[in-house]
Amino acid sequence: MATSSERSPPPFPDSEDQDVLDADDVGGRVSDEEDEGEDIFMGASNPPLIEMDPTLPPASHPSDVLMKPPADIMSDPLFEPVSSQAENKPASEVVSEPSDDFVDLTNNLTDSPDDSAAAASAVADAAKDTTEILLDEPTDDFVDIFGSETEAPGEEVLLADVTVEAATDKSEVTNNATDPPGGEKTGSHAQQEEKEPGATPPINDLGLDLSAGNAHQPPSSDKIADPLVDLLSAAPPAAEAKKPSRATVDLFEDDGSDLFTEPRQSKSSKQPQKSLFGEADEDLFSEPLGATSKKTVSKEQKDKPVMTKAAGDASNIGGPLQDSNPAEPGDLFTEEAIGTVPSIRNTSTVNSKANGVHSEEETDIFAEATVELSLDSPRDERKKDAAAKPSVSTASSSLSAAASLTKPQSAALEELEEEEEEELEDKFDIFVSVKDPEKIGDGMNAYMAYKVSTQTSLSMFRNKTFTVRRRFSDFLGLYEKLSEKHGPNGFIVPPPPEKSILGMTKVKVGKEDSSSADFVERRRGALERYLQRVVNHPSLLQDPDVREFLEREELPRAVSTQALSGAGFLKMINKATDAVSKMTIKMNESDVWFEEKLQEVESADQQFRKLHALVENLVIHRKELSLNTASFAKSTAMLGSAEDNTALSRALSQLAEVEDKMEQLHQDQAANDTFSFAEVIADYIRLLGAVRGSFDHRMKAWQRWQDAQAVLQKKRETEAKLLWANKPDKLQLAKEEIAEWEAKVTQYERDFERVSATVRKEVVRFEKEKAKNFKRQVIKYLEVLLQSQQQLIKYWEAFLPEAKAIRLMVEHQPFDDRAGCLLLIHFTSCL
Amino acid sequence: MTSTIDESNKEKMRSVSVDLNNDASLLIDIPDALCERDKVKFTVHTKTTLSSFQKPDFSVPRQHEDFIWLHDTLVETEDYAGLIIPPAPPKPDFESPREKMHKLGEGEATMTKDEYTKMKQELEAEYLAVFKKTVQVHEVFLQRLSSHPILSKDRNFQIFLEYDQDLSVRRKNAKEMFGGFFKNMVKSADEVLISGIKEVDDFFEQEKTFLLDYYSKIKDSTAKAEKMTRAHKNIADDYIHVSATLSSLSADDNTANKKHLEKLSDLFEKLRKVEGRVASDQELKLTELLRYYMRDIQAAKDLLYRRARALADYENSNKALDKARLKSKDIPQAEEHQQQCLQKFDKLSESGKKELTSFKGRRVVAFRKNLIEMAELEIKHAKNNVTLLQGCIDMLKSN
Repeated sequence: MATSSERSPPPFPDSEDQDVLDADDVGGRVSDEEDEGEDIFMGASNPPLIEMDPTLPPASHPSDVLMKPPADIMSDPLFEPVSSQAENKPASEVVSEPSDDFVDLTNNLTDSPDDSAAAASAVADAAKDTTEILLDEPTDDFVDIFGSETEAPGEEVLLADVTVEAATDKSEVTNNATDPPGGEKTGSHAQQEEKEPGATPPINDLGLDLSAGNAHQPPSSDKIADPLVDLLSAAPPAAEAKKPSRATVDLFEDDGSDLFTEPRQSKSSKQPQKSLFGEADEDLFSEPLGATSKKTVSKEQKDKPVMTKAAGDASNIGGPLQDSNPAEPGDLFTEEAIGTVPSIRNTSTVNSKANGVHSEEETDIFAEATVELSLDSPRDERKKDAAAKPSVSTASSSLSAAASLTKPQSAALEELEEEEEEELEDKFDIFVSVKDPEKIGDGMNAYMAYKVSTQTSLSMFRNKTFTVRRRFSDFLGLYEKLSEKHGPNGFIVPPPPEKSILGMTKVKVGKEDSSSADFVERRRGALERYLQRVVNHPSLLQDPDVREFLEREELPRAVSTQALSGAGFLKMINKATDAVSKMTIKMNESDVWFEEKLQEVESADQQFRKLHALVENLVIHRKELSLNTASFAKSTAMLGSAEDNTALSRALSQLAEVEDKMEQLHQDQAANDTFSFAEVIADYIRLLGAVRGSFDHRMKAWQRWQDAQAVLQKKRETEAKLLWANKPDKLQLAKEEIAEWEAKVTQYERDFERVSATVRKEVVRFEKEKAKNFKRQVIKYLEVLLQSQQQLIKYWEAFLPEAKAIRLMVEHQPFDDRAGCLLLIHFTSCL
Repeated sequence: MTSTIDESNKEKMRSVSVDLNNDASLLIDIPDALCERDKVKFTVHTKTTLSSFQKPDFSVPRQHEDFIWLHDTLVETEDYAGLIIPPAPPKPDFESPREKMHKLGEGEATMTKDEYTKMKQELEAEYLAVFKKTVQVHEVFLQRLSSHPILSKDRNFQIFLEYDQDLSVRRKNAKEMFGGFFKNMVKSADEVLISGIKEVDDFFEQEKTFLLDYYSKIKDSTAKAEKMTRAHKNIADDYIHVSATLSSLSADDNTANKKHLEKLSDLFEKLRKVEGRVASDQELKLTELLRYYMRDIQAAKDLLYRRARALADYENSNKALDKARLKSKDIPQAEEHQQQCLQKFDKLSESGKKELTSFKGRRVVAFRKNLIEMAELEIKHAKNNVTLLQGCIDMLKSN
């Protein structure tokens, strides 16, 4: 940008003016922020949020509106430069370069601050530098866009337009009038001025955005406009002109520095994100940017103010982007179906917006807007709500804002997600099979290795088909990893079959009897279904451990799964403590849904257990029948051999054969009962256990939240006491602690809400999967049953003529008496 | 004529009213029976044209013990030594359904009401089946006697049929019980002793080895068949529980799975009915057949024993005659005795041969009939199952 090079770094060592203003607003602010910044460095990223809030209430001043975004940005660790920033030189560079950077950013990051927007900003910059008229045009453009895209803010747009024009006019004026400080300075001034006007429209725009159609907006814009107008009308002296400009410059500087520091990092940090969002981004790109899809428009809405703010805000955006991405969205995204559910992200951003009490949310929106795919009307509404809130922006609301991030998400988006999931469910083109169990090694060190074959067309895998060898403990290891990672978040991690020391010992000892073969087959089937469940889970499939498990040739030995290892012992202790804590936690359930579901799950669990026992019983009886049929067949064969009537003897041996086949049928049926029915039920018992586990995790999250609240309550009481005792030194500490705990409470509450939402979603998913799966399995089971019955018909039909062929062998029988003759007569009549 | 009786017997297994007895001069059936605790009172109804009876149509109440008495007197009658005395009906055994009923009562708490009701119904049906079977075996016993040319003329038999008072047959007291046991011991010891005697007739020699062999085989088969049918019955019972649990599962379930569970429960309920029929038909057509012939063969074996005994007596009398001749003392008596023994033996051999031959024919016919029927029933039930399964699969697949 040639224009930017013209702008020389505005040296603002003259601190007096600045101080005057700073003392009121900016200075205090900065100092505040410095404190906060420290906090940030010390604490998590959340405390700043809360600490920002106190600054918000006095947001009556228009500058606050402007300041807020940066303030939020301050919540980044990167805000350091802002606070420490004293020199203006870099700032000017920043100011000039940000636009470049921004464009770069937008390009690189593939965020939704679309190219067009970036271009617009560039144009705006250029316009500012060159002529007012030109400047007008872009702003007009923006306004147009506003007008066309969002009807409601139409009027305000006009207003904004006016102010922009005024501002630009003023900038011209100031440019000319307040040049004295020298070429360089004038340049910088001009810049500042340009920025200022540039900034003011954004203020308006922001206002527009914030309160799109909101009543609060006009006043704020008025306010913002006022000083500027004053500036204009008063034909302000250089100093005066400077002051506001200073303020803005400060802002810009801050922002700029942010930009400077952040974009770099952000770029690097963005990379992973990009990969995460790959699909969404591509989608975004593929969408015609010019085409006024609502989404892009809304983004532009947001972006443009930023642009006009002279890329300083843009940098802000950039900042929050990087900020929030690693932090919140990152969380969100990683937790919520990563690559697969862009819409969730969408919704999450919407939610964040809905909660968006202040600009932090806004920046979030910017950040998340980058990955938005579609923007629907509810979003706009929410935006309005969100916009309404900031104006109110009380400490509490802002407090809850972050916490409530997930709330609407869970409520409003459930159906949406469900639908989407349904669509998505079939999209996983991945099929995993576990085959060829093979005994490796001898004695007690022997183990079974299974061939895990994967067939997929998913791009996340290197090949379309691949096979690895895994042993049982690897499967358990995978589960351990997954449950550790995803369990606490409320995911239902499909459990693998239990360890069976008895069964495995039998296998190890190497008895080649049917029970050990049965055991291996049972386990193989269970492992296969387990893996299939894992890969069919949208979130779990994304887990690197899953991929590694499926793809990697050699896996590090999973040690912790050994029953007798130290880890196993620890696990046992943990389980015990969990059980105890579960008993002690008395959760007064606020959500009826969860209560009902838990009950349902528990009764289903009970019933399934009963059913499992019954089916096992059935299997036992079937095996008994098979055994008895076999012995009967043998016995019949013997009887047949003893029978002296040839035809009957033949028929009996035929019957023996039929019974032999029946035995096989019964045996197969027993296997079918076992593998297609009992095992499936066992699966569900395990899964229901996992569901309960996720409920437990939710309860734990709740407990943590409650505990934190209790602590907070205590801290507050101490504070009150201290206040009473008038101990200011301790009071400060207490306040800090309260803030810290407030943050924690917020965090935990959010965690809880998030876990709740996930559990809910997961349970719904589980139920659907269950229904589908169950049906499939049942059909499979019944089909085998059907086949066996058809076979049975065949066998008996083959036997029937043999039975009919039984005839009395007349020639061998001495029928010399009357009774014999009668018999014969009778028989022939019978036959 | 005796051959037909078993056919009728098997027919009767299914419906009491059917009577294939083609000797219209003496028709016997048990139209009614009353169960009082362990005692079962059978109403024995007789229709006859024979002049030896006072009335052409009459009914008398009889208990199981009366049947046993009749059987024992027939066995003990010297004249019938050459006949296969129809095996006595087994003692009514309601123990197994009673025990099951008891168990069911204990396990009532663990079951749903529906499940319990079904189980109870199933048990009641089982009880009824046992009862019917008991009546039928008693009936068959009498019918076999009535259709036997010699046994039907037996005085005791006629008294049994006609005497309208309580026969008040004494229960065997302990001494007699022991005596019976002792007699059995002696008999088996005697069997071993006389087994050394050289058989003079090839037919009987053959029959003997055959029956001995066949008896052990059929005994084994009967036990195995019994086990098999019981196992089958167990499966049918399991189906009840599975069905009940599935239905209670479906009651709790509010998801899409509900329908599937309901259908499955329904299917299992239907399957268990079919499976139950398979089990009971197997029981009737196979196990009962084998059991009956096991006892019949025992009766035939008894005949062989009696003949062998007669043979031994004859040989002994021959020896005694030789001795008497040697001593020249009591020769006419010995000769007479020898002649008697020979006569008895010849008579026994003759009628025995006849009886055994008819027995063989009877057995083959009965087996043929039952095997055919069983195969047909198996096919029928399997086809039923197929229809049910197919229907359920189609239903599941369609939604």
